[in-house]
Amino acid sequence: MKIVVCVKQVPDTKGGIQFNPDGTLNRSAMLAIMNPDDKAGLEAALRLKDEYGAKVTVISMGLPKAIDVLREALAMGADKGILVTDRVLGGADTWATSQTLAAAIRNLEYDLIVTGRQAIDGDTAQVGPQISEHLGIPIISYAQNLKIDGNSVIVERQYEDRYHVVKAKMPCLITALSELNEPRYMTPGGIFDAYDAEITIWGRTDLKNLDDANIGLKGSPTKIAKASDKVRKGVGEQITLDPEAGAAYLLEKLKEKHII
Amino acid sequence: MDFALDKKHEMERVLFKEFAEKEIKSLAQEVDVTETFPRVSVDKLAKYGFLGIPVPKDYGGQGCDPLTYTMCVEELAKVCGTTSVIVSAHTSLCIDPILTYGTEEQKKKYLPVLARGEKLGAFGLTEPGAGTDAQGQQTKAVLDGDEWVLNGSKCFITNGKEADVYIVIAVTGMIEKRGKKLKEISSFILEKGTPGFSFGTKEKKMGIRGSSTYELIFTDCRIPKKNLLGERGKGFNIAMHTLDGGRIGIAAQALGLAEGALDLTIKYVKERKQFGRSISQFQNTQFQLADMSTKVEAAQMLVYKAAMAKNSQKVYSVEAAKAKLYAAEVAMEVTTKAVQLHGGYGYIREYDVERMMRDAKITEIYEGTSEVQRMVISGNLLK
Repeated sequence: MKIVVCVKQVPDTKGGIQFNPDGTLNRSAMLAIMNPDDKAGLEAALRLKDEYGAKVTVISMGLPKAIDVLREALAMGADKGILVTDRVLGGADTWATSQTLAAAIRNLEYDLIVTGRQAIDGDTAQVGPQISEHLGIPIISYAQNLKIDGNSVIVERQYEDRYHVVKAKMPCLITALSELNEPRYMTPGGIFDAYDAEITIWGRTDLKNLDDANIGLKGSPTKIAKASDKVRKGVGEQITLDPEAGAAYLLEKLKEKHII
Repeated sequence: MDFALDKKHEMERVLFKEFAEKEIKSLAQEVDVTETFPRVSVDKLAKYGFLGIPVPKDYGGQGCDPLTYTMCVEELAKVCGTTSVIVSAHTSLCIDPILTYGTEEQKKKYLPVLARGEKLGAFGLTEPGAGTDAQGQQTKAVLDGDEWVLNGSKCFITNGKEADVYIVIAVTGMIEKRGKKLKEISSFILEKGTPGFSFGTKEKKMGIRGSSTYELIFTDCRIPKKNLLGERGKGFNIAMHTLDGGRIGIAAQALGLAEGALDLTIKYVKERKQFGRSISQFQNTQFQLADMSTKVEAAQMLVYKAAMAKNSQKVYSVEAAKAKLYAAEVAMEVTTKAVQLHGGYGYIREYDVERMMRDAKITEIYEGTSEVQRMVISGNLLK
């Protein structure tokens, strides 16, 4: 089995978000990490490697420094890293990014493509589904569990209050939730090997079947009017009841949401 | 000359730091209070290869350099002194002598299981009457056919009852050197479960209370002849060379304790208010922190320098002695100041700096006291 995992280097939002005056993220002021949902996707792929001996290729599109997340992926156990980087690809929105990544993945053989659900910097959840569309393969998004059944994958697709069990024939694409698993640590020797390993670098000329009208800033239909930090959900419903009535009310609500 | 770590070692740091914070830190208080050996932590260390960092891949290890190993001990010590010394004694005192002096057969038998953490290692040199003075050894090994028969005891042995493989130093005869009669000292590999090998009392300690410190007792304990480590009569050199490496591990432990205490103190002085303002605004606090930070950085330079010397030089006794001497004294000074800056709370068990100060003291004592380090350093100056 051949698995391609898409990972993105993102600014760590744990320490707070820094904006540039124009509303875009000030990436240089924040620590760069592997996007958490992508890391869960990588872990899922590595578990398939442990179980079935799958070959795991990790691909990232970004600035040259995004090579660091590919080395991290190798240190966790991935087999090969590919960085897609080129000035003409800069400023891409989800449309241009998915076009570019799909073109890169066309250069590879794959049974399964795994992406994270969404990146913590843009929070769009669009790139994974768009890649599957460009490649013309099925997609199961929001995977909270995953197993292989012959030539198919069986995925628990998460909703707010329930999940669906969905089966799809490979090749297909899955977007992973960080709840999918607890990613493993790198190993000390894995890090040494990752720095000895060669990371494949692809530029614009390495990508076939890709229209220049669909890449970089020029190929990006999205226009950012304003960016802001996530708005928290409201305080929710607040009620005051004695303990017995409170418990009954809570049970009723949990049943209503199909949680119990 | 470049003082910055390369990217590879920076990534190792990220790994060790994250692991220590997530997997080790939460157990540190409990391990100290209950004096329990943290087996769960050791299993996790094993799973991620942290028990075989400098062992070549051919022998089942991680194939990393001494600096990587040093950084691992340092980051573990930042959150838990006990866990850091378990790794240090296992790696520096058991794995390292087998790697350096073992036969191919010994290496193949012991290194993979030790490096994967399936077995834990320990080292027995110290005796009630022979700590710093290794010639005071009383434990004897007598060759009887194909076996060495071991009698005597060792004390204060780290990983004591929890280990599976022990390097034991013993007297194998008398030799004459420059007209003086001296003890012939050799080293052996001993496995747990060997008949005649038992454990004495568990020591109750001031610090590193979760580490398993025991007396080892040998009563007609028969070891196969092939378990002699290195040449007969070379045991003293093997022990001293092993301790050179061990001192880098302990120096890293001391460094980590100092760094951990400093980090906690910086956080605390910003939060703690007295006389209507945070105590970080008092010049006394600021100057204390400046001194602590400067000394911690100087200690780090010496420790990393010693680790790099181990990688590139055959003999690194002086570098290791300087690193351990300075880092241990900095650990004691910085943790004491950390307690002082925490005021009354620093004296309370709930606060980590209280434990760190107790843990720091041993770094000035074991694997050669600070006085021994000064003997090594000055001996080299005056030779």
